[in-house]
Amino acid sequence: MKRFAQLFNALDASTATGAKVDALKRYFSAAAPADAAWAVYFLAGGKPRQVVPTALLRALATARAGIAEWLFEASYQAVGDLAETIAHILPPPQAVGDVGLAEWVEQRLLPLRGMAPAQQAVNIDAYWDELDASGRFLLVKLIGGGFRVGVSKLLVQRALAEGAGIDAKLVAQRMMGYTDAKRAPDARAYLKLVTQEPSAAGTAEDMGQPYPFFLAHALPQPAELPLAEFDARLGAPGDWLIEWKYDGIRAQVVKRAGQVWVWSRGEELVTERFPEIVALVQGLPDGTVLDGEIVVWKDGRPAAFNLLQQRIARTTLTKRVLADAPVTLIAYDLLEWQGADLRDVPQAERRAVLVAAVQGRIEVSPVEARATWAELALLREESRERGVEGFMLKHVDARYGSGRKKQQGLGAGTWWKWKVEPFSVDAVLIYAQAGHGRRASVYTDYTFAVWSRAPADAAEAQAVVDAIAKREPAQAGALQLVAFAKAYSGLTDAEFKRVDAVIRKTTLEKFGPVRSVKPTLVFELGFEGINRSPRHKSGIAVRFPRMLRIRDDKPLHEADTLQVLEALL
Amino acid sequence: MKGADLIVQRPEGLYCPPGDFYIDPWRPVARAVVTHAHADHARRGHAHYLAAAPAEGVLRARLGEITLQTLPYGEVIDHFGVRVSLHPAGHVLGSAQVRLEHGGQVWVASGDYFVAGSEHDAREDNATCAPFEPVRCHTFITESTFGLPIYRWAPQRELFAEVNAWWQANADAGRASLLMGYSFGKAQRLLMGVDAGIGPIVVHGAVEPLNRAYREAGVALPPTLLVTDVTEKALFKRALVIAPPSIANSVWARRFGDASDAFASGWMQLRGARRRRSVDRGFVLSDHADWPGLQRAIQATGASRVIVTHGFEDVMVRWLREQGLEAGSFDTEYGREDDAVTSDTAVNDESIAAPAAVPINVPTHE
Repeated sequence: MKRFAQLFNALDASTATGAKVDALKRYFSAAAPADAAWAVYFLAGGKPRQVVPTALLRALATARAGIAEWLFEASYQAVGDLAETIAHILPPPQAVGDVGLAEWVEQRLLPLRGMAPAQQAVNIDAYWDELDASGRFLLVKLIGGGFRVGVSKLLVQRALAEGAGIDAKLVAQRMMGYTDAKRAPDARAYLKLVTQEPSAAGTAEDMGQPYPFFLAHALPQPAELPLAEFDARLGAPGDWLIEWKYDGIRAQVVKRAGQVWVWSRGEELVTERFPEIVALVQGLPDGTVLDGEIVVWKDGRPAAFNLLQQRIARTTLTKRVLADAPVTLIAYDLLEWQGADLRDVPQAERRAVLVAAVQGRIEVSPVEARATWAELALLREESRERGVEGFMLKHVDARYGSGRKKQQGLGAGTWWKWKVEPFSVDAVLIYAQAGHGRRASVYTDYTFAVWSRAPADAAEAQAVVDAIAKREPAQAGALQLVAFAKAYSGLTDAEFKRVDAVIRKTTLEKFGPVRSVKPTLVFELGFEGINRSPRHKSGIAVRFPRMLRIRDDKPLHEADTLQVLEALL
Repeated sequence: MKGADLIVQRPEGLYCPPGDFYIDPWRPVARAVVTHAHADHARRGHAHYLAAAPAEGVLRARLGEITLQTLPYGEVIDHFGVRVSLHPAGHVLGSAQVRLEHGGQVWVASGDYFVAGSEHDAREDNATCAPFEPVRCHTFITESTFGLPIYRWAPQRELFAEVNAWWQANADAGRASLLMGYSFGKAQRLLMGVDAGIGPIVVHGAVEPLNRAYREAGVALPPTLLVTDVTEKALFKRALVIAPPSIANSVWARRFGDASDAFASGWMQLRGARRRRSVDRGFVLSDHADWPGLQRAIQATGASRVIVTHGFEDVMVRWLREQGLEAGSFDTEYGREDDAVTSDTAVNDESIAAPAAVPINVPTHE
């Protein structure tokens, strides 16, 4: 644990890629394979299910520190991270020991799950006593299921590959599914990642092995890449496969040895969740790997993402669920065919093989061909009616890459997302809450409101603001500000700093961590989708809201209204 | 029955009515008792200043020509019937607590102070000034910069071992070690604490005048160089460079090339604060008392009434009330957090760099 804590601190402290890779290599060369196995698992994003409820950890730490609940809460609000709060609030350890990571996880942490709370408390209390602050921080992160560190999976793969003297792409491939929650890594699994021997395929668990996903990048914003420059910078539309971008779950479907595996983009094995997909692919020959999007398909078109989301949340798939939200696979790439790896075959050829292979059995993502980018831009405007997010641009000559590596220039092998412009409205900031992690104790999470109807003039809007400042409750039927969305991204650090200062100056009341403010700021909010929602006070739920900019030029009374939102439904 | 309060809050600052003087006022006044020379406590423009004798050099170095009367620690003067004396606060050179006695009442205003939370151990004192001295009183006015139980400082030898190890590793790799901390107080503590045998020590021009004042007051700082003293640039590769935080990403800092940078402050205790700084290392070294230190200091005064100033006032007040003490707060302009968030350039102590955790500007007086 000590060694892993040192690694964590080094990764956490550094922003330089080189320094991170060095720290990883140092760790992997020194750690026992069984410990390294778990380190890779956690660093690559693996999360065992939470073994102890957060509330218990919190209560235990509060008791151990001998402080009142409110004082723990005040501390937590200042720190912005539960594990870190616990790490600092506990009295100093009695005897710092050094037990390896694998033993910590396998012998101590995982067995906590299902233990009686009283026994959990006794064990955790003892564990805290043998760890320093950074060890305690990690322990709580690991048992609370909240471990995260600023290192990408690609970087971990690179460090492993450089340490072992093998190709990083090979490590990436071997690592697929490594963090799947149903598998526990061990020394053998780790050594297989870094062995110099060619991979020994054929064992049962290797059969379902997927390929690393090739991830897309967002095309530069129109300000940076105007439509007029598409020809010059991307080339002719004919150089690209242009497909609709579906809003579903990216998936890789593997058919080998008579069996089907469905992998999510997060490398979780999700086969059981999608029996329809298994049925669809079962008929394909062994040695087939498809890449595509799982969507709920209704009335001849993809349904809104929230229907799919609801389905994923269901633990048992009743007939009713299957009928309400039937899924299908829209295939758009073929990575393996008749047992041969096709990833180095150009995009257009892969597509041709795909069409020939699955036509009639599985929906293949349709391609839109137009002579000019202008025509395509016009067509893209239909995205919302079609229930899609815009276009995907894939160069006809592109090989199927690995991960999210950007190529030089726009015309090369990258996959581009050319999404429709988000919906946007001008909204008023009414509540704020401090962020977490790097944004702890800076007010970065905001709640926004629109007017219940258009104010007659600035004076009417100001009267509402003054009433809010005097904490007068809103009159039924009178003009008021209606909260409808929370957002915490889209501003630069400097902008957050500025807004943070305004929030402190205009605070009206504090409700625990939340502050209500006298409304003074208008923001342009962007969001991807909008639906009716009985669970929200405004009656509306927006998808992926974020701040596009601060509208210093907009007076409060010119912020948008509920009617404007409803018109977008 | 209690007499009138010996210290009250006025727009100019904390005021002693029977003595007709202010303590660390933030607006110009006729008579100011100044607890220490940090900019938020010792401001320009007062007609007369009273401060502890060891503060003279640093006060003059910062404020220039002022009408200054000094008082050795522990010596009492009588002013309009108020017995005034100054007692070491352990914060920086010359820092003092102000003891006032009048009509049978004793009040102590702490200013900023540093004292370890453990039983007294000389190794945990601030080595650059006289250690904090507990003063018995009826009413104690305390700071609360780090008034949350998450703030608990590690023993100094552990902290300096970390700094030394970082410097040594950089020196071995031929890389300068750029250590940022406030020019007055923090810089000198760093100088006293590090192992000067590892390599040469270079200080920023803002630090050197204060070093001079410390040396003149008899504090044995190790030898330091100014950048202009260095003719052979190769020397930087083994050097520890001590500079104020304002030099981060500056042209001045660029001369050290591929340096490792670090920041020394109590705020570095928290990961969020470290990451916002985006330095290679954050060393948790503070000139303020941590949570156990605050508790111990308050308890040692024997005061039955405590007034909390700058920091986590709400928390401290509630906690003290739960301990059975009479507690309240003063709204001061010391170390105002909103300046802190936006200004890293102030050459000041760390109270000004407070993370914006608990509002000071939106006081909730009960």
